[in-house]
Amino acid sequence: MKSDKNMISRLALWMGDDALIIGHRLSEWCGHAPILEEDIALANIALDCLGQANSWLKLAAEYGYPNKTEDDLAFFREAGDFTNLQLLEQPNGDFAKTIVRQFLFDALRILFYEKLFLFADENVAGISGRALKEIKYHFRHSRSWLIRLGDGTPESHMRIIRALEELWEFTNEMFEYDETGARLASLDLIPGTESLKENWYILISSAFREAGIDIPGQDRYFSTGSRNGMHTEYLGHLLAEMQITARSFPGAKW
Amino acid sequence: MTEKNQNWEPWEVFIQPGQGAPHEHAGNVHASDAEMALQNARDLFARRGKVLSIWVVPARMITASSPSDSGPFFDPADDKAYRHPKFYTVPKGVRGV
Repeated sequence: MKSDKNMISRLALWMGDDALIIGHRLSEWCGHAPILEEDIALANIALDCLGQANSWLKLAAEYGYPNKTEDDLAFFREAGDFTNLQLLEQPNGDFAKTIVRQFLFDALRILFYEKLFLFADENVAGISGRALKEIKYHFRHSRSWLIRLGDGTPESHMRIIRALEELWEFTNEMFEYDETGARLASLDLIPGTESLKENWYILISSAFREAGIDIPGQDRYFSTGSRNGMHTEYLGHLLAEMQITARSFPGAKW
Repeated sequence: MTEKNQNWEPWEVFIQPGQGAPHEHAGNVHASDAEMALQNARDLFARRGKVLSIWVVPARMITASSPSDSGPFFDPADDKAYRHPKFYTVPKGVRGV
């Protein structure tokens, strides 16, 4: 049973890291979004993600890191300890880039939560059930923006293409598991990489078709190793800002 | 999308707080299309408390009476007591009237 809990802790860590990093990136839009309504929408989504991160990291700590809290995991680890996808730490860029990044991730998350929702461990199932409702809304939001911009003006169309070109290299490792992930997949507890990739592709294809955007091919460099702590330089900068308050005032309450 | 609108127009938002309750005006949002209006309305007005349904309507589709109409429109209603439903009592337990 102990090894089960360790496996779940590892799964919770990467679910939590993904949610934490994308949540922080989205929160950077607060006060900067193109219009007031969208500012609130992005902040709402950021809050949902941070809420999910909180639940997952709490579970990761409970099952695998004795004497640590979710805050310790969020604020007192180094970049090399983070297991989030490199896609999610990429800078916001323009609004189109934020939307493309979000859309690619939301599609993945829906497929993940639909599977985790059925998990035997009630903590995993509970977090996933709640998160699935949230992520379905996120997906609807990012999908409709993707189509609106892709099928919008020549300018917005060009920006979606540019964003997709910049981000595509980070998509392949969505379907790359570490040792624990591979074991969980072999036990059919999380989606297998092949079927996950296939279903993800189906999910994004219909939206890109509606948006009038071609999906890039596979003949290029792809990033690798996120789940084992490989990251781009951007994560370090993000963490510096995200962690400074907790590190400057350890144990601070507000 | 068939209709492309580059000027974001105001949409009026109506929310239904409970089963059988009427949709009530909640405020307005800017949006370029109906789906965006619905999502913006959800984010602005349905974050807290219970909401069952949202309507969004382009503000330009609403025809409103003007202040100068108010005399002829509304004053005559004041002095006709027989129009007011106050000659019977509503039974206890009747809700939503």
